[in-house]
Amino acid sequence: MNNISLINYTLHLADNALIMGHRNSEWCGHGPVLEQDIALSNIALDHIGQARNFYQYAATLQNNGATEDSLAFLRDAIDFKNCLLVELPNGDWAQTVLRLFFFSTYQYYLYQQLQNSNDPQLAAIAEKSLKEVTYHLRWSSEWVIRLGDGTDESKERMMDALENTWSYTGEMFEACEYETEAAFAGFGVDLIKLRNEWDEKIASVLFEATLPIHEDVWMQSGGKNGIHTEHLGFILAEMQFLQRAYPGAEW
Amino acid sequence: MEEMWKSINTENLSAAELEKSVWEILETVSDPEVPVLSVVDLGIIRKVSLNITGAEAIVSLAITPTYSGCPAIDMMHIQIKMALLEAGFKNIHIEQILSPAWTTDWMSEKGKEKLKAYGIAPPHLQKTNASPDSFQEDVAIACPLCNSLDTRLVSQFGSTACKALYQCNDCKEPFDYFKCH
Repeated sequence: MNNISLINYTLHLADNALIMGHRNSEWCGHGPVLEQDIALSNIALDHIGQARNFYQYAATLQNNGATEDSLAFLRDAIDFKNCLLVELPNGDWAQTVLRLFFFSTYQYYLYQQLQNSNDPQLAAIAEKSLKEVTYHLRWSSEWVIRLGDGTDESKERMMDALENTWSYTGEMFEACEYETEAAFAGFGVDLIKLRNEWDEKIASVLFEATLPIHEDVWMQSGGKNGIHTEHLGFILAEMQFLQRAYPGAEW
Repeated sequence: MEEMWKSINTENLSAAELEKSVWEILETVSDPEVPVLSVVDLGIIRKVSLNITGAEAIVSLAITPTYSGCPAIDMMHIQIKMALLEAGFKNIHIEQILSPAWTTDWMSEKGKEKLKAYGIAPPHLQKTNASPDSFQEDVAIACPLCNSLDTRLVSQFGSTACKALYQCNDCKEPFDYFKCH
């Protein structure tokens, strides 16, 4: 029972990191300037590295021949447990950096708490990842401020990005079954505590960016339980194509 | 074939002597992305231990990645194994550990000097705990070429995960900074 929750919880953390990393990696070669293209590609690499650590651990827990690769490349959309936020299309630069800011803030406080997990491997991955996420949060919040408090056009684009993204932020804090069990058993974190820290950080950065805070909006959810937007299917079609067409291909 | 004859005769050496030779071998394995640094300079070797059972020496190593997604870690893994095999060690166990998380504090002084001579500014002593605050005032990083402290951060993310990109306002050279982590 507990082991199933631990596996699902670990896969949820892995899927969040992988899909976020995949979306950000789509900017590689398309960034607005070379330095920022490199920055976002570096961030994507960190996410994918974090995902690998979680998948490797989930594979060990499953102990049924699964590997980090089979978990990433051979599961279907319904098995993926990532939040809807990370699978949304990149949109423009404003939407990409705003989404990353929301997600990095979430990861920052999540990993801070997960360092105290009673599961030593989850705690170790959190400790390692937190250092990287600190840079992601700094970088993405600077972009939100720069664009929000920038020109008329950049502000308008940030407003559109907020409109498109905000209703996907609630899901991160809506505990699903395995998260409730994870928090109760002590290997996962309590999302209620996380929520307050997240709210505070978001409010202070949006304030500095002269952007409004959306209050009561109906929130989308489902991803943590495998109910996804149509976008995830397209991501997986691209990401998994090679392993599906040529099983076991290596280079 | 020549290499084979130079290999260490593990039978006549004590565990302590063998451990010393393992460290010497590791000094010759370089970071593929910053070839001027050895894996020892980088501080990623966390443990070396030797167990001698009969005539066989078992080498156990613990290594830790610099960044979660560091693409060089698998390569270093292979190169370490190759170097030890070439030296005559047959039984090698390499374990990857994540905690405590790697920090630039573990980089050797020699390594920092080598970095600077190579044109990469070494990690600054003062700033080990990065904070997520936006637009923070950074400590001045000295240009590795002209030593000027009048430099500016171009991007927190550089040519590899472990580096930031700077430019010197005096000599105008762009340079890599091995960022604190």
